[in-house]
Amino acid sequence: MTAPLTTTAVPPAGPIFPKKSYLNDGTTIRSWLLTHDHKRIALLYLVGVLISLFLGGVFAMVIRLELLTPGPTIIEALTYNRMFTLHGLIMVFMFMIPSIPTIFGNFFLPIMLGAKDVAFPRWNLTSWYVYMAGSALMLWGLITGGADTGWTFYAPYSTTTTTNITPVLLGVFIIGFSSILTGLNFIVTIHTLRAPGVTWFKMPLFVWSLYATSVIQVLATPVLGLTTLLVSAEHTFGFGFFDPARGGDPILFQHLFWFYSHPAVYIMVLPSMGVISEVICAVARKNIFGYKMIAMSSLGIAFVGFFAWGHHLFTSGQSPFDAGAFGAISMLVGIFTAIKVFNWVGTLYKGAIVFNAIFAYICGFLFFLVFGGMTGIAVATVSLDVHWQDTYFVVAHFHFVMVGAVIMGFLAALHYWFPKMFGRKYPENWALLAAGLMILGFSATFIPQFLLGNAGMPRRYYEYPERFAALNVASTAGASLLAFAFIIIAIYLAIALKYGEVAGRNPWGSRGYEWDVPSPPPTENFDAVPVFTRGPHEYQDVPEDLAKVGHAI
Amino acid sequence: MNELMRRMLFLPEQASTFAVDVDHLHYFVITVTMVASLGVAIVAIAFFWKFRRRRENQATPFVSPTAIFEVLAISVPLSFFLLWFAIGFRDFVKVSSPPPDAMDVYVQGKQWMWKFAYPEGPNSIGVLHVPANRPVRLLITSRDVIHSFFIPAFRIKMDALPGRYTEIWFSATKLGRYQIFCSEYCGAQHSKMWAEVVVMAPEAFDEWIKEQQRGLVARQDVLADETGQVTQQGSLAQWGLHVAARQGCLRCHNVDSTEPATGPSWVDLYQQPTKLTDGREIIADEAYLTESMMEPTVKIVAGYQPLMPNYQGKLSGPEAAAIVEYIKSLRSDRTVQATGGEE
Repeated sequence: MTAPLTTTAVPPAGPIFPKKSYLNDGTTIRSWLLTHDHKRIALLYLVGVLISLFLGGVFAMVIRLELLTPGPTIIEALTYNRMFTLHGLIMVFMFMIPSIPTIFGNFFLPIMLGAKDVAFPRWNLTSWYVYMAGSALMLWGLITGGADTGWTFYAPYSTTTTTNITPVLLGVFIIGFSSILTGLNFIVTIHTLRAPGVTWFKMPLFVWSLYATSVIQVLATPVLGLTTLLVSAEHTFGFGFFDPARGGDPILFQHLFWFYSHPAVYIMVLPSMGVISEVICAVARKNIFGYKMIAMSSLGIAFVGFFAWGHHLFTSGQSPFDAGAFGAISMLVGIFTAIKVFNWVGTLYKGAIVFNAIFAYICGFLFFLVFGGMTGIAVATVSLDVHWQDTYFVVAHFHFVMVGAVIMGFLAALHYWFPKMFGRKYPENWALLAAGLMILGFSATFIPQFLLGNAGMPRRYYEYPERFAALNVASTAGASLLAFAFIIIAIYLAIALKYGEVAGRNPWGSRGYEWDVPSPPPTENFDAVPVFTRGPHEYQDVPEDLAKVGHAI
Repeated sequence: MNELMRRMLFLPEQASTFAVDVDHLHYFVITVTMVASLGVAIVAIAFFWKFRRRRENQATPFVSPTAIFEVLAISVPLSFFLLWFAIGFRDFVKVSSPPPDAMDVYVQGKQWMWKFAYPEGPNSIGVLHVPANRPVRLLITSRDVIHSFFIPAFRIKMDALPGRYTEIWFSATKLGRYQIFCSEYCGAQHSKMWAEVVVMAPEAFDEWIKEQQRGLVARQDVLADETGQVTQQGSLAQWGLHVAARQGCLRCHNVDSTEPATGPSWVDLYQQPTKLTDGREIIADEAYLTESMMEPTVKIVAGYQPLMPNYQGKLSGPEAAAIVEYIKSLRSDRTVQATGGEE
């Protein structure tokens, strides 16, 4: 903060908010709802995804409040079963799967490649409408039909339930198309729209992770669509796909379901890993340690992730040989994650690290991913899983990865790119406070759940024996802290949107390609086709924005 | 050491041979992963302190991993992961392969109770009796949706599937009573689909099962259960349990603990002084128990709603008597339940 500033000419005023940007290029509702601009579509998704996060969060709080006491607390057993179904379906299909790719992927993938837009802008808009329509149908079905199957739809419970689950299944089926469209769009964009200089190994790591995610979305989602159709057909018309009395097999459902839903875990977490690879470079102002290892491990996860689904079936009566094969393969997924963790920590070495809210989210992410991942290795160990399967240990494990790591990545992305998307800064102190509360809240919510699982409390329990009470109280207390942190973030970001300090082009001094365009970017992103001569994570030179602070943007 | 780790991790008692195997691997995995994670955290914090940003426009050197780092980063964790896999798989094969001399018990899950049947009789609902230190093979199935049979103290769990039998085995090591849960979501009362396993001394168990079988031969009661199958029943109390289960009594009345449910628990109910909503206090004798079945709203126990349906005409005289006899047999101070009357 001392000597070098004297060499630069600092004008009296800070950076100026650009007069023209994608935000004011057309101000009618129609100009938003019919836009083909990837940045505006990203904001449309942001609205949908944030509503979903809010709804899913409210249902989570209802669940935690119900579990505050061993007996009935605030709702009835049937309502409780509907609540965890709502919570799971909304969080998985309406929040986590679309979240980072459709918001930050849509917004930044073209800019990071030096392109004007994605390859198929109209598909992009279509995918949003498909997502909204599917979500609306699913929510309507859940609320009016009272589905109580859990998000896993296990047959034959789902095929014989008296509740009306067909609209819910069709909603999931439709949302799946939005996921496929986005994935296909990204793959084609990455293959065809890279600007001169952006070779495969000069792509930002966020792009690599989106590429791996898109491949899974395109290959796995059709199987989910197929499965939901089979369940609706059996539920509505009485086909016997999964009913042993008519020659069907309930385990077949589990294989089909997890063939999608295990890779879907990586659809959720890979983009988050990509975000961390981006932000850790900017915060540590340091080239990424082991670029190729991180890029290739994303593809490795995408590939191996397809062959690990059977570890959800260790106690379902599948053969010991199958259990062994799936158990061994699952260990490999762990290795790819470990490689990434080592490389992120390595990135800090000889860096110039600044402590801010984004760095706090990186720490939170690493903590949740390492513990979530390590407990993942533990549950993939076949004999240990016999005890943990379907207990709160599994609930805690996947919430550490899905909620802990994914939300940390989501919030890191939101804070890191907020100045670029909206041209304004958020208040750093409030952000740091909220990040601290968030990490504390997550830990307090889910660490007791690991212990509950050890003690043997099964998941999806409306009532539980007295001896599990203390840990459940701790978990509910943690969840309240978490909700409080979310409220703080919502308030300061909403204020910053209008009144935040003008950010300027590159407030972080980042070398990522997206920071070369103004904040917020103009509709066409670049004036001319850009030529990138540097890599996206290189910090050997003084970042030029800091060398010429205050120059016209 | 074992005891300390077990308590720190909130694990239940180790009441089977498999529980000890599982816990030892658990300790190994948890210790190594926690130490490794702590190591990563310490390195990260040290880097953060040593390499914190000192100037606003600081540049940094380009650093990339050496080949040795790449090899170690992959091979060290992979060796541990594969070692755990190998130990875990060995134990899993063990728990999936019952020894040839194992005793069989058939387990059937249905919404929302567990039934147990021994090849030579008897049957029971909600309570599984097993001898200590003898291998017991469970043959598990379901009558409706998928359930999962879980005994935390034994560290075993196996899904109950409609239309097929799954198996798992254990050898219990400690006398006592342990909770059985359903751990696969199965509908409204999933969280109440509990049962109990009673581990008895081998001699006591032999005695018990002989008594059960004598009862069977002596009475030769033949009646149809709700599946329409004809089954043989042992003592009158045994028959009462069966009738109670068929009539749905056990949905609202606990028989494995004194805790109240929708209705009062049946355990220790017989001869107990009971307070009614109108302030009277009565003794729960045979007359009262029978009246409560036939005209349940006449005497409502304090603290309960008048919800119970009328069983007049649904229960025959002998059936009502059998249920009374069953209630009489439910004593919390007795390890053996449903073994018939005292006579």
